Amino acid sequence: MSCAMRILIIEDDREAAAYLVKAFREAGHAVDHAADGVSGYDLAQEGGYDVAIVDRMLPKMDGLSLIGALRAQGGETPVLILSALGQVDDRVKGLRAGGDDYLAKPYSFSELLARVEALARRRPKGAPEETAYRVGDLTLDRLSRKVARAGEEIALQPREFRLLEYLMQNAAKVVTRTMLLEHVWDYHFDPQTNVIDVHMSRLRAKIDRDFDAPLIHTVRGAGYMLRDDPR
Amino acid sequence: MTTLAKLFRSTAFKLTLVIFGVSVVGSALVLGVVAWQVIKLVDAETQQTIEEQAKGLAEQYDAGGVRRLGQAIEARSRQPGSSLYLLTNNAGEPLAGNVAQLPAGVLEHVGVVDTPYETVDGSSPGRRALARIFALPGGFRLLVGRDLGDRARIGAVMVHAMAVSLVFFAALAALGALFVARRVLTRIDAMNRSARAIMGGDLSLRLPVSGSGDELDRLAVGLNEMLGRIADLMTGLREVSDNIAHDLRTPLTRLRNHAEAALGAADDPAAYRAALERTIEESDGLIRVFNALLMIARAEAGAESAGMSAFDLGEAIESIAELYAPVAEENGATLKIEAAEGLTVVGNRELIGQAVANLIDNAVKHGAPADGAAARAEIAVVVRREGASIAIEVADHGPGIPAEDRGRALERFVRLEGARSRPGSGLGLSLAAAVMHMHGGSLALGDNHPGLKATATLPAAAETPRLSAARAAA
Repeated sequence: MSCAMRILIIEDDREAAAYLVKAFREAGHAVDHAADGVSGYDLAQEGGYDVAIVDRMLPKMDGLSLIGALRAQGGETPVLILSALGQVDDRVKGLRAGGDDYLAKPYSFSELLARVEALARRRPKGAPEETAYRVGDLTLDRLSRKVARAGEEIALQPREFRLLEYLMQNAAKVVTRTMLLEHVWDYHFDPQTNVIDVHMSRLRAKIDRDFDAPLIHTVRGAGYMLRDDPR
Repeated sequence: MTTLAKLFRSTAFKLTLVIFGVSVVGSALVLGVVAWQVIKLVDAETQQTIEEQAKGLAEQYDAGGVRRLGQAIEARSRQPGSSLYLLTNNAGEPLAGNVAQLPAGVLEHVGVVDTPYETVDGSSPGRRALARIFALPGGFRLLVGRDLGDRARIGAVMVHAMAVSLVFFAALAALGALFVARRVLTRIDAMNRSARAIMGGDLSLRLPVSGSGDELDRLAVGLNEMLGRIADLMTGLREVSDNIAHDLRTPLTRLRNHAEAALGAADDPAAYRAALERTIEESDGLIRVFNALLMIARAEAGAESAGMSAFDLGEAIESIAELYAPVAEENGATLKIEAAEGLTVVGNRELIGQAVANLIDNAVKHGAPADGAAARAEIAVVVRREGASIAIEVADHGPGIPAEDRGRALERFVRLEGARSRPGSGLGLSLAAAVMHMHGGSLALGDNHPGLKATATLPAAAETPRLSAARAAA
């Protein structure tokens, strides 16, 4: 992935933590690890992290209290909550406590990586929202709701527009199927069939079919990526 | 505990004691009131007699003064059963009459008195009399009275009646206590024995019901229903664990075989890679099954209350239908949605969304017309109000489910004939049913002539104008 991030992992399970540290380092990021809530809070307080990954159940101080304390002190580091309790209300509780994203164990690392990278690139709070995106020769104007490629306007259904909008917001980053379901349809469950893939292939047909260089790429075992591939 | 101690501690015995006490107090009150009334009556009659006799004596006095009065008194005193008379002079010495002893100073009280006295012959000491005392000119005093023996006798009768009824009540209450307590205790002991036997492991046993329909019977029937529910749950649990064992054994074995085969194969990185990818896929499938099971269990336990909120059901389901429409088209079907406006429910939007997604997914997978008629390959999703509830219908034109299999289709892991070859965990419909139950609704499978019509019902929330207004603006 493009630029390295500083990631704080607060996880008490040694094996899981070691795996995460290794995997994030291999993905090119700098990683610090804390094994309990209190030392994790101290590290997070020092700041400078792009993302914190917090396990919900931690010794000394549980994950949700940690996030609450961090937010109360004005800490704005995006936090992803990891939890073994993968149910809807736990997700709601986690996000209410100040978490920015929530992932239930067991998870795939590609899903975690994609979510962490999406969190880190979030614009800082208070910054103006972008009104237009450009990836290669593809443009999307959020105000006029117009999409054009190589100057040629493309007509999209409202949902296709939101799909593309989300992909462009996260251009050059992996976007998983569940992330798409969450942000485009506002549902957090696991669709049993390839529902997202069918939507993506329709979007692809409109964006990429008549052009030589495809912008929408399938990332095997992970999801999709919108990227201008200069070759 | 001995039988007797048990009897004394029993509620029936205590209750009987209380009833005994209450009836004794009650009968004492009744007898007391009767005695009081009777005594009042007797006293009134006595006074009237005294008045009449005093009147007769007054005539004698008017005719012949004290001497004549004394003679009349002497004459009257000698009659058997006579009233009481006493005439005294100004020194208080008796001149005539049948009263010998009076407490000092009684004669000073002119008017009616209730006083002890003794007769001249001294035959019956310790008697009382009701008397009227008159003051005559010259310091003479006249007492005319009646013996109060009747009154005392009435009192004695009443006390006697009290004593007899006390014994009677005590005997009756004791008998009743024995009877009621023994009857109730016997039945409770029988219930206890059954409960012990059930705790011993025989879940098919039930508490005895006498058929009289009394409180104990109602209790036994209620407990029996509870036992039935527990037995059902136990059976369900056993079936589920059997099914889990069966359904998870297959993919787990496959997982292991693939890994083993890859290990034993030639040293080819590409083959390793493919084997690992397959392993991940298979384990993802397993995780999905576990998550679905966990979610069903939690929905059945009603534990998702934190995620409850009021939301527009029509909008939520349109979103789901829109998500599935392209997949349906890929399968050669069209997905049509018809949702009424402003249908608000209070619930977990995620879970209800997932439940409806499962129904649509089911229709997409199994709802293709058997004869391949493209014109009928339509999946219709209808959301409408039905009285106090909201119905969500998902109907296809596929082969449907025979009526006798519909109940079974909602059970966990049940994959009906013909569905086994297609992908799926057999949990979709049971999750949908569990979610509906959790929200106080239901899921029913019916016939779409031809095809399957799944109808989910949810209680409608009270109309919240804010939400429908927000939707109209959107």
